[in-house]
Amino acid sequence: MSARRIFARPARFAAIAPYLWMALFFLVPFAFVLKISLSQTAIAQPPYEPLFDLTAGWEAIRTAFGALSADNFKLLVSDDLYIYAYVRSVTVAITSTAILLLIGYPIAYGMARLPRRWQALAMVLVIVPFWTSFLIRIYAWINILQHDGLLNQVLLALHVVDKPVVWLSTDTAMYLGIVYSYLPFMILPLYATLAKMEPALEEAASDLGAPPWQVFWLVTFPLSLPGVGAGVLLCFIPIVGEFVIPDLLAGSNSLMIGQTLWLEFFTNKDWPVASSAAIVLLAVLLVPLLLYERLQRRQLEQGR
Amino acid sequence: MRKLTRLSRFNVASLALGLAFLYLPIVILVIYSFNASRLVTVWGGWSLRWYVEFFNDRAMIEAAWMSLRVAVASASIATVLGTLAAVALSRGERFRGRTLFSGMLYAPLVMPEVITGLSLLLLFVALNAERGFWTVTIAHTTLTMCFVAVVVQSRLGSLDRSLEEAAMDLGCNPVNAFLSVTLPLIAPAIIAGWMLAFTLSLDDLVIASFTTGPGSATLPIRIYSEVRLGVKPEINAICTLVIGLIAIVIVIASLASKLSSSQGESAAPL
Repeated sequence: MSARRIFARPARFAAIAPYLWMALFFLVPFAFVLKISLSQTAIAQPPYEPLFDLTAGWEAIRTAFGALSADNFKLLVSDDLYIYAYVRSVTVAITSTAILLLIGYPIAYGMARLPRRWQALAMVLVIVPFWTSFLIRIYAWINILQHDGLLNQVLLALHVVDKPVVWLSTDTAMYLGIVYSYLPFMILPLYATLAKMEPALEEAASDLGAPPWQVFWLVTFPLSLPGVGAGVLLCFIPIVGEFVIPDLLAGSNSLMIGQTLWLEFFTNKDWPVASSAAIVLLAVLLVPLLLYERLQRRQLEQGR
Repeated sequence: MRKLTRLSRFNVASLALGLAFLYLPIVILVIYSFNASRLVTVWGGWSLRWYVEFFNDRAMIEAAWMSLRVAVASASIATVLGTLAAVALSRGERFRGRTLFSGMLYAPLVMPEVITGLSLLLLFVALNAERGFWTVTIAHTTLTMCFVAVVVQSRLGSLDRSLEEAAMDLGCNPVNAFLSVTLPLIAPAIIAGWMLAFTLSLDDLVIASFTTGPGSATLPIRIYSEVRLGVKPEINAICTLVIGLIAIVIVIASLASKLSSSQGESAAPL
């Protein structure tokens, strides 16, 4: 038996503890969300009907399943508020992902063109803000954007505006906050693919007479698509469920689904509806994930 | 002919602007934390008064202490579990339920935090667990062990397996080979994983909000509730302290990874 095979068996035992942990604290809770999303609201503590009582045996499980209801989902579909929140979440996520791609691409491209030694430094510089608390970074923007904040002071001093502009609690502020927070998530995967790219390919295209924009559009960009896909996905998914940034920077008149879920849970204490909203949010996110997986598989097949 | 690989002026400009965009708000925040004026926007000279204010704010200190304890505890548990998971995934070859296992490990990385938080709270309520330090710690461990697993797994993947095999040829059993050869080699990645888990836990607001109980708020929860009421100079000071702490952690983590890369594949003893 090879040493590799001998090593495999104890390594499998290493899986036991993390496996049990993830099953108990990740898988089981999801089953709960699903169950509660299908149950009635109760005015009690906890504010939903109890989960099935396993001590009562099979009969209890049957009645529990009999009591399942789709009412919460019907509410989500029938109430404009929720539909609007989903639409807004997806719109905000698409818009900000597009802006992130437009801003992040040139930065990643510039990084990949740096001399080797500088690339490592640039990478650290991009990662450091990602390590710095996101709440603090949003708060830093509140400092700048508020009514008598630095931005208005500078604009007034430069005579660009003659009275303070309202920045806080607007969609502009929210997009700014989102783009600011997620920029490293877009730059890093883009940089990873651009840095690995063979410069000879671009040189060849340019030797054959292609102008720079054509070199970029016909050679560089198509080759960087895996990085684009990863970056878009890394940004899009968490932005859809974003709660803190819209809550602190956007106005309160139009909510995203993360905020709606939060309010339903903490303010209205309607746990079943919050659970249903979570399930629908997951369903919304499954679409881009599956699309991405198909894209990746197609690229693998083309690569052969 | 101009070489395309050379940096163009456009490349330099976009890079410089991008980095300025990333750093300017943080720099401004740090500078204003030393502002003597009560008004956040008026500069009143240098002063440490808001730091003093913070150290006299019992509720804030308690929240900071709670956050630190949770971060140390959850990062430590997450490092053990995440390392085990990484070993199982990269050395265990095939075992039953491997797909489900790796799926569970990667899912929390992309899952919106509201959903993770909500589902864990429902579990704790169903278990009738008293919410506070331990529930937050468990929740953070669940999230951060996935990050640790990714970091350690990438290091294990780049490791030369013949080192482990040589140790076993020389009579080590697999567990000993792992402890005396593999573990020292991946130690820097494990340290970096702990640091990442620590800062993620220190930073988390959403999951902590769902899983904590009354009277045991973490620092982000307190900061968040203060920020919603408006900007206070004291918050600038707290944020600067947190940034400083994280900066120290980053320096240690990058030293650890530098050690790991200079060590390379050679089995130099630590």
